[in-house]
Amino acid sequence: MRSEPVVQVQALVKRYGTKTAVNGLDLVAQPGVTAVLGPNGAGKTTTVETCEGYRKPDSGTVRVLGLDPVRDSAELRPRIGVMLQSGGVYSGARADEMLRHVARLHAHPLDVDALVERLGLGSCGRTSYRRLSGGQQQRLALAMAVVGRPELVFLDEPTAGLDPQARRATWDLVRDLRADGVSVILTTHHMDEAEQLADDVAIIDGGRVIAQGSPEELCKGGAENTLRFTGRPGLDVGSLLKALPADCTAAELTPGAYRVVGKVDPQLLATVTSWCAQHGVMPDRISVERHTLEDVFLELTGKELRS
Amino acid sequence: MTVGTYTPKPGAAPLPRMIAAQAALETKMLLRNGEQLLLTVVIPTLLLVLFSSVDIVDTGKGEAVDFLTPGILALAVMSTAFTGQAIATGFERRYGVLKRLASSPLPRWGLMTAKTASVLVTEILQIVLLTVIAFALGWSPHGNPATVLLLLVAGTAAFSGLGLLMAGTLKAEATLAAANLVFLLLLVGGGVIVPLEKFGSAGRHVLGLLPVSALSDGLRDVLQHGAGMPWGDLGILAVWAVVGLAAAGRFFRWE
Repeated sequence: MRSEPVVQVQALVKRYGTKTAVNGLDLVAQPGVTAVLGPNGAGKTTTVETCEGYRKPDSGTVRVLGLDPVRDSAELRPRIGVMLQSGGVYSGARADEMLRHVARLHAHPLDVDALVERLGLGSCGRTSYRRLSGGQQQRLALAMAVVGRPELVFLDEPTAGLDPQARRATWDLVRDLRADGVSVILTTHHMDEAEQLADDVAIIDGGRVIAQGSPEELCKGGAENTLRFTGRPGLDVGSLLKALPADCTAAELTPGAYRVVGKVDPQLLATVTSWCAQHGVMPDRISVERHTLEDVFLELTGKELRS
Repeated sequence: MTVGTYTPKPGAAPLPRMIAAQAALETKMLLRNGEQLLLTVVIPTLLLVLFSSVDIVDTGKGEAVDFLTPGILALAVMSTAFTGQAIATGFERRYGVLKRLASSPLPRWGLMTAKTASVLVTEILQIVLLTVIAFALGWSPHGNPATVLLLLVAGTAAFSGLGLLMAGTLKAEATLAAANLVFLLLLVGGGVIVPLEKFGSAGRHVLGLLPVSALSDGLRDVLQHGAGMPWGDLGILAVWAVVGLAAAGRFFRWE
């Protein structure tokens, strides 16, 4: 894999009239899958569309695969794949017809029939684009973004409005792209999507990146995670504490209800359950409450992600 | 590293292939669209047949079909290069087609070249159809075919500029309404089926400056009266073409 970043955005500012959509945003995306996460109006689409060459920065610099998306547009366009948030297809065109057309604009396109099959677009048949379901339209836009065998794919809310099955198909394709060495920048306001797919997550709010890291890193920060179980009252918490890593705390909150606070990972869970086994305790209702991206987002912005 | 299905292998197709593919798709979309066909094929054909065979409008001396055919050819050019192109491009802009293609390997000028090629292909189909019908109705054309061709090309350039200017600046719905209205007004007041003499001397001179009047008048001079190059009409079309294309180039918004 290449080691240089696929996208480098520095101090990007973009205004529409008096409204500032992006306000000094810095973002570096390494090869792999990067999720740009944020609520509606955070500046996700503006940022991505600046990378795609659609918008000229008011200030700041943008480099995509080392190129300036506006100045080096001719060189960059064949190397990227773009999925717009909506539209992009002739209303009278059929799905396979449009996909075949985009394939013809590229030198080494994917096999169109295989891609149609893969994304379940075969059932669209002779139906024109305007009569396709929202999910079919989304999948066609996704197919159009990857058919030219790009190095980098931009997906703007690729699963918005999809049913769970279609969503899964999209996720599977993103994973396959990643496995074959295609980098992906995707915007989303679904936490689970970012957690499932991304190597790296950039959280955007108010036109800036307010946190960036792997999903694990982001979830590690902030509040501690919690493990709870119930057992017979009066267990020797001191002995449990000795078995646990140093930065953990353990307590019996109410008789028979125990809580361990610390870095909850598989090792910790194994330590607790083996301690229970040694002491002949059946840990009923054992549960872990791990910090999710959703919590991280709430802590950072004080906002619910989905609006 | 093993090569997977999606392993990157980017590259633009050769330019001529991209433009040909784009022109073919645009033409296919146009021929598939019922309303566009009504405008570009059905209406010119009906007008030619109806007014040639039924004596509704006084077309002056000579056979009605000899007066009407040049006007209908001008109308056909207008319907494709102006009305059809404005409406189609307006909706392509509205539905993000232009935007999506702008990030494809096809350069913008390549897209515009393809649109022009698609307009020309459609015009050839229209002209072949209308010519066959006109001959069946007893048309006897005169003049130099090269002169006719030059007028048609100048007319196409003039109408394309105006159509793209409208499509690139107005909302799609506004373009739809305005392009149809202009089509109707110019059909009546542009010397297509009604001689401009009917509008009085002042009206005739003002209306004569419209692109469709210049095109139908120029074509009529050559095809009906066997005249040489009608420089005045060609000049009017050239001015419209330069102004329209320059304004479209300056003000066209892609999304």
